[in-house]
Amino acid sequence: MNKMTCYLDNNATTQVDPKVIETMLPYLTDYYGNPSSIHSFGQPVGKALAHAREQVKNFIGAEHGSEVIFTSCATEATATAILSAVESFPDKKQIITSVVEHPATIELCKMLERKGYTIHWIGVDAQGRLDVEAYKQALSRDVAVVSLMWANNETGTLFPIQKLAMQAKQLGVLFHCDAVQAAGKIPVNVDFIDVDMLSISGHKFHAPKGVGVLYLRRGTKFRPMIRGGHQERGRRAGTENVTGIIALGKACELAAQSIFEDTARIELMRSRLEQGLRARIPNSFVTGDSKNRVPNTTNIAFEFVEGEAILLMLNQAGIAASSGSACTSGALEPSHVMKAMGIPYTAAHGAIRFSLSRFTTEDMIDHVLVTLPPIIEKLRALSPYWNSDERSANNFIPMFG
Amino acid sequence: MQQTTVRLETSMWDYSEKVKDHFFSPRNAKAVENANATGDVGSLSCGDALRLTLKINEQTDVIEDAGFQTFGCGSAIASSSALTEIIIGKTVTQAGAVTNQQIADYLDGLPPEKMHCSVMGMEALQAAIADYKGEKRAEDHEEGELICRCYAIDSELIKRVVLQNNLTTLGDVIRYTKAGGACGACHEKIEWALEDILKAEGKTLGSAVPAHLPLTAERTKPSSIIASSQANDTGGKTNTTKHSILTTVQRIQKIEEVLDSIRPGIQADGGDIQLNDVEDDMVFVEMTGACSGCGLAGTTLAMVEEQITAALGEEVTVYPVAASSAKVGGMA
Repeated sequence: MNKMTCYLDNNATTQVDPKVIETMLPYLTDYYGNPSSIHSFGQPVGKALAHAREQVKNFIGAEHGSEVIFTSCATEATATAILSAVESFPDKKQIITSVVEHPATIELCKMLERKGYTIHWIGVDAQGRLDVEAYKQALSRDVAVVSLMWANNETGTLFPIQKLAMQAKQLGVLFHCDAVQAAGKIPVNVDFIDVDMLSISGHKFHAPKGVGVLYLRRGTKFRPMIRGGHQERGRRAGTENVTGIIALGKACELAAQSIFEDTARIELMRSRLEQGLRARIPNSFVTGDSKNRVPNTTNIAFEFVEGEAILLMLNQAGIAASSGSACTSGALEPSHVMKAMGIPYTAAHGAIRFSLSRFTTEDMIDHVLVTLPPIIEKLRALSPYWNSDERSANNFIPMFG
Repeated sequence: MQQTTVRLETSMWDYSEKVKDHFFSPRNAKAVENANATGDVGSLSCGDALRLTLKINEQTDVIEDAGFQTFGCGSAIASSSALTEIIIGKTVTQAGAVTNQQIADYLDGLPPEKMHCSVMGMEALQAAIADYKGEKRAEDHEEGELICRCYAIDSELIKRVVLQNNLTTLGDVIRYTKAGGACGACHEKIEWALEDILKAEGKTLGSAVPAHLPLTAERTKPSSIIASSQANDTGGKTNTTKHSILTTVQRIQKIEEVLDSIRPGIQADGGDIQLNDVEDDMVFVEMTGACSGCGLAGTTLAMVEEQITAALGEEVTVYPVAASSAKVGGMA
């Protein structure tokens, strides 16, 4: 296999579908007008935006096109959702979220915590499943908003969003769902779940980077984060990322068409990868909830080796994967998700995420199955822990450091 | 003065060719047979650990063989490999003078966040030398939240230094602990930690005191330039620095007095400190015994720097050097 052809980091970002590129290109060349202009340069662009809005609406099962707010990314969508809720209900000083959320949620909640908000950080078990009892106990009418992810970006573990959202609805508490890692991998339909707000990101399912969506159910109290012009009915000012939005619309259409066929194939490849690696590499195990997961993600921990070293060697062999989340690469600590799940340090540093997509092939899986076992063996040969008699941390007693 | 090598790009893949070479083809990756010195540093929880084994000729004190076993990232493995190459053939005394900067330079630099890998190499070497000499070293592993990734400094260390020294600003923390002194990504975190510590003490974050950041440019600026710029500066600066009116001999005398006054404390901890050289606003000291390679040496140095600055009435920067490598800069 040639250099860098084996891309298995689709939870970080995906290849833009050629059909998506084809759809967006004319809006970089011929149709460059501002969609807000009334002249003949602007109008076709305005129409294309309206079409994209319909495509997104249909993809997430929204009732009205006006419930779709285009943003620059899912981080902006999530920040808008949480800050809007906080501003809309100034007397409610509590927020519920989990310890395994994306930094977009965690860092914002930490900031609000410093400003005096009480954040209920709901924990997870060893499989990454939400502590539903703790969630129920934290839930009250004093909570301004609940913000929980549908699928975890590192392990793929799913939270029971419908149940959680329903419980919040019963108390009249706003519910925001970060569906970034769910959209395109499992059916996401706001008609069936009681969410008030939901974030998705285009580049996670074959649209380009730089475009996201905040779904805002009609009737939900809202305060815009970005104020200015009248774009997005005044709920998100700023000239639209026209090509990005048109691309996102097309990506939604494609995902809606092929989701069941794609995911069945992807899940089979994922199983082959996972089982093959576990069989070939001793002291390895899969993290997360093996039953309730998105079908494209596997996070495998290899004991006594460190993730970045594995990634460098995989990269050399043309394989792109991830250690922890892409947003935290370069960090010293194991990912907050691994820590929250209580994955022992012996393994947490060596957890590697492989995430597949519509463009993943059987060849790529074969290439990893052949390439990774000797890499782990080579790195373990270097490790003072692996080469100890006990293969544990007990007989490695540092003098300091 | 030799320029310190820290690669400014922060991408994890942006390693020098030398780092990649030592990572993909590590030298001396082994446990040395019949080793008579072992240095273990790091831990699984930190995400990197290194065992250095040495075969030292007891007649000549020459390191005849060195091997490493590393659990860690690409630059940790490369730093360990580089370290063994640097020290083989050196005497124990020569090896003891190897700084982490020399390891980084040998690899054509490391990204700022990865400088701690070279520190780990230096620490393992110091631990192995101590083992060879039969000295015991105290474990000093902190358990707080990691704040500065570049220098692996956690919240507990920052808290202790802040309280001991009554620090109130981000600049103080950078100067005293070196946390936040490299890539700067943790400045907000440091301020938050500081805010919490001060709040618990019933104090507030200081802002009036100008931050004296340990920037390379500032360090290497000759004192004559600082003096003239300050002479012209009549504006709102609250900097209390005065230019020294002392002669060189008087300055050295004052510095020696400061060192004499703090030496008993340092000796009590099993270390020692000697003045090596003074050049413009740079004071070079040699730290020996338990102090060399100690994780807290940076704190000690910051304290020394404070006292010398106060005694001379001028801002100086104190650099740790080994006798054989005077004027080679310390950790950037």
